[in-house]
Amino acid sequence: MDVMPKWADAILIPLISILLAFAISGLVILAIGKDPIEAFRIMVTGALGSSYGWGFTLYYTTNFIFTGLAVAIAFHARLFNIGGEGQATLGGLGVALVLLAVPWPHWSLALPAAILGAMLFGAAWALIPAYLQAKRGSHIVITTIMFNYIAWALLTYLLVEVLKPAGQQSPESRRFGPGAELPGLSDVLGLVGIPFSSAAPVNVSFLLAILACYFVWLLLWRTRLGYEIRAYGHSETAAAYAGISATRIIIIAMLISGALAGLMAVNAVMGAGRLINNSVENAGFIGIAVALMGRSHPVGVFLAALLFGFLYQGGAELALWASIPTELIVVIQSLVILFTGALDNMVRMPLERIFLAFRRSEREG
Amino acid sequence: MVDFLTVLQILDTTLRLATPLLFACLAGLVSERAGIFDIGLEGKLLASAFFSAAVAAATGSVWLGLLAGIAASLTLSGIHGVASITFRGNQLISGVAINFLAAGLTVLIAQSWFQQGGRTPSLSGGARFQEITLPFAESLSGVPIFGPIYKELISGHSLLVYVGLLTVPLVWWVLFRTRFGLRLRAVGENPAAVDTAGIPVVRLRYMAVGICGILCGLGGVYLATGLQAGFVKDMSSGRGFIALAALIFAKWRPWYALFACLLFGFFQALSFRPDVVAAVMRFDVPGQLMDALPYILTVVILAGFVGKAIPPRAGGEPYVKEQ
Repeated sequence: MDVMPKWADAILIPLISILLAFAISGLVILAIGKDPIEAFRIMVTGALGSSYGWGFTLYYTTNFIFTGLAVAIAFHARLFNIGGEGQATLGGLGVALVLLAVPWPHWSLALPAAILGAMLFGAAWALIPAYLQAKRGSHIVITTIMFNYIAWALLTYLLVEVLKPAGQQSPESRRFGPGAELPGLSDVLGLVGIPFSSAAPVNVSFLLAILACYFVWLLLWRTRLGYEIRAYGHSETAAAYAGISATRIIIIAMLISGALAGLMAVNAVMGAGRLINNSVENAGFIGIAVALMGRSHPVGVFLAALLFGFLYQGGAELALWASIPTELIVVIQSLVILFTGALDNMVRMPLERIFLAFRRSEREG
Repeated sequence: MVDFLTVLQILDTTLRLATPLLFACLAGLVSERAGIFDIGLEGKLLASAFFSAAVAAATGSVWLGLLAGIAASLTLSGIHGVASITFRGNQLISGVAINFLAAGLTVLIAQSWFQQGGRTPSLSGGARFQEITLPFAESLSGVPIFGPIYKELISGHSLLVYVGLLTVPLVWWVLFRTRFGLRLRAVGENPAAVDTAGIPVVRLRYMAVGICGILCGLGGVYLATGLQAGFVKDMSSGRGFIALAALIFAKWRPWYALFACLLFGFFQALSFRPDVVAAVMRFDVPGQLMDALPYILTVVILAGFVGKAIPPRAGGEPYVKEQ
């Protein structure tokens, strides 16, 4: 029996958890001798006060939507994919190879190819851990962590030894051609007459991310496959009795998850115009916080990604204006993961008691 | 070709680099044997490294640093315990959170404490664990084969290296030769049976998590005050995860853990000497391959090609007492 109404479970508990996380973050800022209210003000002006700030916020949001969806879809199959970082790294490689191989005449042709490259490479990097989990029972958490490290080593090797043009110092690929340049969000908004900063990195991938949210929702709640993934996540044995193959679900869910994580490279690599080392910038890990906070629902993921986009851009501003290191955001991220993920019951148990007491008094009264 | 002294030097480096891995690996071993997965080893190493270096730098005493490091690691263990034992939360998610918490807080505190860009001042003198020259190291160095081995490889490490090596038989003895160890392992395999026997499951698991915190703390202390002289951002650099890999490699057994950590330490030592690797292999082995080798090997082990690694049966599951 549900002790709590659905809205309390979906909104109230995450909200309380996040407030707890932010309250402690405020204390951390106090503890290092800064003013949390002033810090918050700087973050809001820096991230949301101008269309330039918004441009960065939405750029980060785009990354986090993809990696958040990646973790979320795996969560639905009760798989914990910590490998978003590695899958996105490989996605970046896929994008770069596609864009370097062909002198693309126009971005509208390059974009679908880049999307395909990102999804394919991201999914491929998730395939081996998925196979090992499904067939050999090796824990996917451990294998995906290992694959992150292998991905970093592989990319560093390729950048230094293969992709770096001769005579260049920094380990970066050469620039993609002008035909692979994504239009910025300012170009899109300009079509409908909305002025927007053209200096910020947000580009059409943001729209792609919103589309991805819709497709993930469609897949999970409107298709047979989505139903099977959720059924498997709820109860492995019940799913087995219903004739749902565990191997198939694990592998498909992880392939989709890896492809989504890889897609973030369309924003971060194609948007940047070349492949650099560590273009993922922890977005794969932030996806964990985003999925937990968003309760693995695409709408929740979108909102959580927006919040983290704000935190990321705001955090950069804090480093600039208040000399608080950007690691503050890592702390906030860890607290969000801790409270919405691991300490869920700490918030849930007292709330359930309150709701029970309410019901009892209603019945008696 | 590679001469004897070079081999000794590489093995010497191996031992140094294996020590933090060994502490973290044994820490994880105790915790996971009791049924609490711990992917937060990395964070505990880092937190301990920072606080030991910070306190040692501030007080000039490495022993106070040691206490501070262990306290920091124990605090994170406490959080992990509360989340995964008391509130029956997801142990993996809790571990992830702890890793990020340590990564963020150490830099934040380091910056506001020392204003040196997220690092501590360099440690020297009594603020570091000094190298210990074992007796007769000099006088025996003339003896062929054994002399150099004794002088270069066995002697001349800091105290914590020897402590680490002694921890292996200690953990083995506690786990496999004491009643406490039997109960601890039982709690990781079948907590309900332990509960039926009237032994408190929750207390045992908290003790395991506590031991894990102390051992991980020692690893972090060695990192910052023995292996290196001070804390720098992200200095654990994946060692907690390599330790986790070693733990699986060792199939959750102490003596095997020692060999796994020495092996992975050896890979790390080799990546400092690409010239030696190239001379032996007769072609250039990319350094990145050496870095990735522990992870690749772990995946191969996990795939079951080299015997199956079976974790403790109740690992990762919170225990709910029967009503």
